[in-house]
Amino acid sequence: MGDVVIQTSHLVKTYVTGTNEVHALRGIDLQVGRGEFVAVMGASGSGKSTLMNLLGCLDTPTDGSYQLDGVSVEGLDRNALAAIRNQKIGFVFQGFNLLARTTAIENVELPLLYDRTGRKRDTKALAIAALERVGLGSRLEHQPSELSGGQQQRVAIARALVTEPAIILADEPTGNLDTRTSVEVMALFQELNQQGITIVMVTHEPDLAAYASRIVEVRDGRIRRDEPVKNRRSAAEDLKDLGDEEEEVA
Amino acid sequence: MNAKTLVKLATQAIRKNKMRAALTMLGIIIGVAAVIVMVAVGYGARSRIQEQINNLGTNMIVITPGAAQASGVSQGAQAFPNLSLKDVDKIRSQSQYVAAVSPVIVSRTVVIGPAGNWRTTINGVDTDYQTIRDWQTATGDFFSADDVRSNRKVVVLGNTVAQNLFPGQDPTGTEIQIRNSVFKVTGVLAPKGQTASGSDSDDVVLIPYTTAATTLSGRTFIPQILASTANEQDIAAAQDEIRTLLRESHKIVDQGDDFTVKNQADLATAAASSTQVMTLLLAAIASISLLVGGIGIMNIMLVSVTERTREIGIRMAIGARGSDVLIQFLVESIVMGVLGGLAGLAIGVAGAKILGHFTGWETSISPLIMLVAVGFSGAVGVFFGYYPARKAAALNPIEALRYE
Ligand SMILES: Nc1ncnc2c1ncn2[C@@H]1O[C@H](COP(=O)(O)OP(=O)(O)OP(=O)(O)O)[C@@H](O)[C@H]1O
Ligand SMILES: [Mg+2]
Repeated sequence: MGDVVIQTSHLVKTYVTGTNEVHALRGIDLQVGRGEFVAVMGASGSGKSTLMNLLGCLDTPTDGSYQLDGVSVEGLDRNALAAIRNQKIGFVFQGFNLLARTTAIENVELPLLYDRTGRKRDTKALAIAALERVGLGSRLEHQPSELSGGQQQRVAIARALVTEPAIILADEPTGNLDTRTSVEVMALFQELNQQGITIVMVTHEPDLAAYASRIVEVRDGRIRRDEPVKNRRSAAEDLKDLGDEEEEVA
Repeated sequence: MNAKTLVKLATQAIRKNKMRAALTMLGIIIGVAAVIVMVAVGYGARSRIQEQINNLGTNMIVITPGAAQASGVSQGAQAFPNLSLKDVDKIRSQSQYVAAVSPVIVSRTVVIGPAGNWRTTINGVDTDYQTIRDWQTATGDFFSADDVRSNRKVVVLGNTVAQNLFPGQDPTGTEIQIRNSVFKVTGVLAPKGQTASGSDSDDVVLIPYTTAATTLSGRTFIPQILASTANEQDIAAAQDEIRTLLRESHKIVDQGDDFTVKNQADLATAAASSTQVMTLLLAAIASISLLVGGIGIMNIMLVSVTERTREIGIRMAIGARGSDVLIQFLVESIVMGVLGGLAGLAIGVAGAKILGHFTGWETSISPLIMLVAVGFSGAVGVFFGYYPARKAAALNPIEALRYE
């Protein structure tokens, strides 16, 4: 394993619906190094989610190649892809996607239960550690319906973290959250990133992209801009400025 | 995922929709309860019939006039007045295997005692009849061989007759009147209870067959001959021997028998065939019920898969294989089937107990049957849950995640 986590070359995705062809991705060459925090931006329909689905091994490209954490992903079957998603990728979705009527611990434990390598034995302890890491040590037995949006997203982040994946993929993780809570999630991402976790995040908001270390802009299925963030902001600092309101999660 | 987690998951999912699950399981519950009651009552009926047949006397052979028909029912005695005392004598003197033999001359008439009249069956028999039927006297004695030889007017009362003619008294030594003749009561038989066909074995009086032939009917033919062997192994040989002796005696060369020789096993089979019809009927109800229950499970599992499409998407995104999802839903339908089976088992056992209590039938359910019933319910879960589970497993993760 080198220092490159994601390596794609000429990644193409064409959706065929009836006689219509939608060229969602027209050739993406992207390289993400270990420890990077990449913000993917672009207009609606530009192909960001399509790209994330390919990077997350939820979908397979029409053309091009993709190496994740040194492993070539092309031609793998459903089960192999499931194993890769389980071990190398942590997903954070816009809609949280937690299991309803299931406690925070059980939600976070879930990926470990599908781990066939047998490495992760004490699933409960690992789940608790992950929840503590995102600041939810006091909400272990809460169900999603008993948590705020920001807290639910933290549970989802803990679930993404718990398997120690090579990368966290977040598609508009703050899309359903208010500004303050969004900055809180960014603060958490920055903290995790500082601990060495690689993150690729889709966002529409330039303000949030400014917390990343690099911005990739997608337009019409191609990368149009790819540059480091010059004046990187610190979410923790911004939170202090946001006012004297108590932090939501104590 | 280990088995424990899977079962926990399944019970959680079922608990989220208790009412729906209960209604779904109803078919299985009814099916299994029907099977259990059927088996319990069936066992009771069989053992009851067996007991009654044993009550007839051990190692008994029944000889009746007329050839056995295809249906196994012989024609009425009157149509074939061809068994005679000569046949009885021949069996008694020439058979090696037959230990006891007695004619039975049956008639129905009114007997008169001090407390009133009683219409009953009069059986004219020999002393061997007591051995054949293994029938002890409660008080007094059976009539003697001398009584038979001398055509004496003596009578042994069945328990029912004794109680009706002499309520609260021992009639031994007193006299009763049968068809204008006075008979001396030598004893009262021990009660035997109901026969296989449900009539009262004790509603009978026994008199010497010689007396019956001369005093009562004047008839010379014998409607039935009973015989018995000393032990069970000899029964088949004795039957063959009787057949040979009677064919000789009836001068039959080429034609079929004009009489029928049956043993207890034959009688038991005849009696059991009637319970078999009931068993088949209940088995049909049970299997239809299980089928309907299975379709109910399949229906609910299909609904459940659609409802939980998003959950399936989440699970797949974080690394569940198709087979993990398949097993999860399969275990859910198996748990539903097994729970239904257990509930049906409980209801069936309770039902059999209650039925047994009110009818006085003996009921019994073996642990094996319980295991089979519950196992079969689980199998119904597997069979009808497989299609919905496979549908869930085949979902595309992205589409499942997008499902609203
Ligand atoms: N399953 C699909 N079948 C057909 N076309 C699709 C499918 N998924 C996406 N597309 C099309 O591909 C293009 C890119 O879609 P995508 O979801 O990647 O956009 P996006 O950049 O994530 O947009 P948004 O910012 O609104 O989320 C769109 O034109 C969309 O209509
Ligand atoms: Mg999108």
